[in-house]
Order: sequence, then structure tokens, then C-alpha cells
Amino acid sequence: MKILVPIKRVVDANVRVRVKSDRTGVELANIKMAMNPFCEIAVEEAIRLQEAGAAKEIVAVSVGGPQCQDILRTALAMGADRAILVETDGETQPLGVAKALQTIAAREKPDLIILGKQAIDDDNNQTGQMLAALLGWAQGTFASKVERAEGGLRVTREVDGGLETLMLKLPAVVTTDLRLNEPRYVKLPNIMKARKKPLEVLKAADLGVDLTPRLKVLKVDEPAARVGGIKVESVPDLVHRLRNEKKVI
Amino acid sequence: MAILVVAEHDQHKLRPATLCVVTAAMRIGGEITLLVAGKDCSAVAQAAARVPGVKRVLHADAPHYEHGLAEDLAPLIVRAAASMTHVLAPATTFGKNVLPRVAALLDVAQISDVMRVESADTFVRPIYAGNALATVQSSDAIKVLTVRATGFDAAPDAGGNAAVEALEAAPPSGLSTFERQELTKSERPELTAAKIIVSGGRGVGSAENFKIIDALADRLGAAVGASRAAVDAGFVPNDYQVGQTGKIVAPDLYIAIGISGAIQHLAGMKDSKVIVAINKDPEAPIFEVADYGLVADLFQAVPELTAALDKPA
Ligand SMILES: Cc1cc2nc3c(=O)[nH]c(=O)nc-3n(C[C@H](O)[C@H](O)[C@H](O)COP(=O)(O)OP(=O)(O)OC[C@H]3O[C@@H](n4cnc5c(N)ncnc54)[C@H](O)[C@@H]3O)c2cc1C
Repeated sequence: MKILVPIKRVVDANVRVRVKSDRTGVELANIKMAMNPFCEIAVEEAIRLQEAGAAKEIVAVSVGGPQCQDILRTALAMGADRAILVETDGETQPLGVAKALQTIAAREKPDLIILGKQAIDDDNNQTGQMLAALLGWAQGTFASKVERAEGGLRVTREVDGGLETLMLKLPAVVTTDLRLNEPRYVKLPNIMKARKKPLEVLKAADLGVDLTPRLKVLKVDEPAARVGGIKVESVPDLVHRLRNEKKVI
Repeated sequence: MAILVVAEHDQHKLRPATLCVVTAAMRIGGEITLLVAGKDCSAVAQAAARVPGVKRVLHADAPHYEHGLAEDLAPLIVRAAASMTHVLAPATTFGKNVLPRVAALLDVAQISDVMRVESADTFVRPIYAGNALATVQSSDAIKVLTVRATGFDAAPDAGGNAAVEALEAAPPSGLSTFERQELTKSERPELTAAKIIVSGGRGVGSAENFKIIDALADRLGAAVGASRAAVDAGFVPNDYQVGQTGKIVAPDLYIAIGISGAIQHLAGMKDSKVIVAINKDPEAPIFEVADYGLVADLFQAVPELTAALDKPA
């Protein structure tokens, strides 16, 4: 089995972002960037399938600016075999990214594509499902367990009521939830080795993919701040205030 | 404007989030059609027809619609969307799974997690775990949106009288099959619809200790929630998780117990009307959003609180 793992470069999960004063977006200058946490889980899952003998080759791919090479190197250091950057300077939105990935899938012919369920910057939760639609493949979203099985792939999904298990025909698209696995730490020797692994750069324009954003961001605002409350002295004090000040119990 | 709302249901009843989506559809303004797809779900179609403001109900009934598989539902929704200007679904795991597939088949963008309607083409949605709110405008012919239930009041579920029309099912895709589900059984209210939520975090320490959270919740008629750390540690099932990547809630009262208040957790609950935090660390960030903070050991404070509620005011 060949696995394609699309990954995204985002603001590090520990950074508290600030809205720019001109309200055009959030402040990204001099901010720590990293591989999206859900994408790390996707890379890890591909490697585990490979280690279990279920996958032969893992190809990591990212769509974005030249800086995305750093997360591709991280994926290579984790254990991916090769990487592809679809380079574009412009803004990327899920539909365009899904189209770019569709062309890469046509070239690479993977049996399985594993991606993060959402990116923690725009929180869209769309790209995997869109890619599955464009390819006409099965989709297993929000996966907390993935097993190779007779006739396809068995995926356990985290849904609002609990868990759900589906059988998917291959090829398929899987998107990862938090409890699928815990990504490994990258060891220094592997970082060195990753430098020698192939990383191909393709220009989005050369692939003929339309990445034009469909949505226009008119403005970005700070959410209304919660006015800080008070510390109560004791449990009876708390009960009194909930009953009499807020009347919520 | 012609708006298609994809109903979420369990073959018997509409899920409450569907009614919030109807309210969002009314904000956009136009003729509202509800699509009810499922197996032996005419009761749901009838219930949908009673929602005031709904003009028409499309009812597609086939065995392969029972489990909401995206591969089967998406082509059906695309067919129903042909004459529509908008397609809406709740931003639940159901809607999040199927709607982007619909958008891609229609070759349009999706606007996820809409919390406010500014106009028929402009919507407000959270980004960066709700640390910023983006106002986005779509120029696509069909606007596809998932709607955050906490942003809109539920529409009434009676008083309307829409026409129910049968919609022919499409053949099964054969791409995926449902095998089984393990749904968390609970007598308590559903997390996203509860008026009061009692949530426990890593500080609770074990599944066994969660009983004190349960006892308080039961005393209040509340739902039980949790932080990711509590779910990852196996104290409670995954569907208890509140946050950026779990459930988004906005009850009248949210009691956070042994939860530090990471941004990813706050993203799921900071729109609650009243927030109470019980934490032994006075510096815990949860206190920055809490209306009432109690610095205390939860193992003492929570049983004391449960007991105090039994005393008359
Ligand atoms: C991509 C990503 C997505 C995430 N999504 C979510 C999400 O959706 N929801 C979510 O919740 N988290 C999410 N997280 C995790 C989040 O960052 C935090 O790690 C998590 O919320 C911490 O949970 P906690 O507050 O229970 O644990 P901790 O941060 O460990 O806090 C435990 C608290 O308990 C208190 N405590 C301990 N013992 C006692 C006692 N005896 N009495 C009183 N207080 C006590 C401590 O003072 C501490 O404040 C996500 C993280 C990432 C990277």
C-alpha cells in the first residue's frame, strides 16, 4: 500500500494569537510555526502502518509557500520516504488545496490518503472530505482507529454520540482525530537523515490547479472579551451568588 | 433565496441542532426546504413539516441512508441543491462529515461553523480556536455552510404545516459500509443542548473519581463534560470532550472542575452565560474567564457543593 500524507504549516498550538490592529487578519510576523497537530498524527499513523507491514511507501505533501519545506523535512525525519511541495505564494483555501492534492493523487496513485481532520488556524475541517469527493473515494473522517482489513480499511470514528466503525473500500481518504495516536519525537540522527531524502518542489501554476480563493475575508475581529469575574470565598458564598445574583440554579 | 437545510436526526426525532440551523436559515431569509434522508424515518419528515418557517420537506427513504454515510448522502444533497442558493447543515460531526463533500461536488467553497449571518452572502465564523472572528463573503452561486448551534436559538418545533414530498433515493455508493456504533448511554441531557454542564479535567484524577462530578451533575440536572486531558486519560468517553476539537457548548451555567483553561478548552465553552471554576491553583487561566472562581481542592469543594444544594436557599 502507498500512503499520501498531506500536511499543513500553521501557527504553533501553544501560541496565543493576536488580531492585527488593521483587522485584516492575525499577527503572523515572528510567530512560531509548526506542523498542524492533526497532520502530525496523520504522519505518525502512516508510519505505524508501514512499520506493521501494511504500507510500502509514504509520501508527504504540502501546499503553500516555500517555508512549508520545514514541515516536510519534519515529516521526513519522522519517517516519511519522500516529500512534495506544491508551491504557491497566495492564500490557500480548502477547495483549492483539495484540487491540488487531487492532481498529486493522480500522479502518485496512492491507496490511502491520511490527513488531519482540521487545521488549527482556520479550523475549517473540510480538505479531506473535499478531496474524497473530487476523487470519488470513500472517506473515514475523525478517525480514532485505523486497521487494514479483508477488503479494505476498518475505521473507527469519533462522532457526537460516541464511536462508529465503518468499512471503507480502498483507495480511501482518512482524517485523523486526536486519539488516533501520539506522534513520536523526532530524533537528531533522523533529522540529519531527512536532509538526504528527496523533496520535490512543483509550482502550483505548472500543475494547472486553480487555487483562487473563493471566500473573501472582509475583516477579522477580536471576540468580545469576557469581563473577569470574582473569586468567591466559600462554597456557601458560591451557592448564594448562583441562586441570587445570577439565578441560574 | 432558496435554502436547503439538511436535517440531522436519529430516524425518530430531529436533533435539536437542526432547529438552530432553521433559525440561521430564517436570518438569511427565503424559502426554506428541509431535507430528511434516512431509513423508515417518515416520523422525522412529519416532525420537520411542523417546524414553523419551513416551506417544504423533502423525504428520501432508503436503507443506505440510515447511518448518514457521506458517500451516499452527498450525491442526494447535491441533487436537492440544484435549485438552491444555500445549503445548510449543523456543525456537528454529522454535518462536518458530509457537507464539505457536497461543496466539492458543487465546486463551491464551504463556510464552516457560521455563528452569525450578516447578509445572504456574508457570515461570521471563528478561527484560531475562537481567538479571532472572521467575516467572510462568498461569491459562489451556491453558499454551503455548517452552522454552529450555539450561535442561534432553536426554532419552535410545532405550529408549521409544510408539504412533504418524496425524494427518490440514489443507488448506494458501495464505497463504505456501516459496521457498528458504540453510543454513550446516558440519562443526562445531551451536552450541546443542556442548560447546565458540569465538566471535569485532569485534576479529577481517575474514572472512579468522576463520580463526584456525576453526583453534582445529577443534583443539578446537568450534562457532564470533560477536557481533552480527562478524555485522553480514559476517565470518560470521547464524546464528553468540550473544546476547539470537541463539542462547542454555551449553557446557562458551566462549572469547570480541575480544568486549567487551555485556549483549546476555552474555545468550546467561553460563550456560556455563567462560568464557575473550581481549581486549587489560583493562577489557573480558567479564572480569567470565570464569573465565579473558587480556589479549593475539588475533592472537598465538589461534595460540599452537592450537599449545599440540598439545603433550602
Ligand atoms: C490540536 C489540539 C487540540 C486540542 N483540543 C482540545 C479540546 O477540544 N478540548 C480540550 O479540553 N483540550 C484540547 N486540547 C488540549 C489542551 O491544550 C489542554 O491540554 C487540555 O485542555 C488540558 O486539560 P485539563 O485542563 O484537564 O488538564 P491540565 O491542564 O493538566 O489542568 C488540570 C487542572 O486541575 C487542577 N487540579 C489538579 N488537582 C486538583 C484538585 N485536587 N483540586 C482542584 N484542582 C485541581 C490543576 O491546578 C490544573 O489547573 C487540544 C490540544 C491541541 C494541541
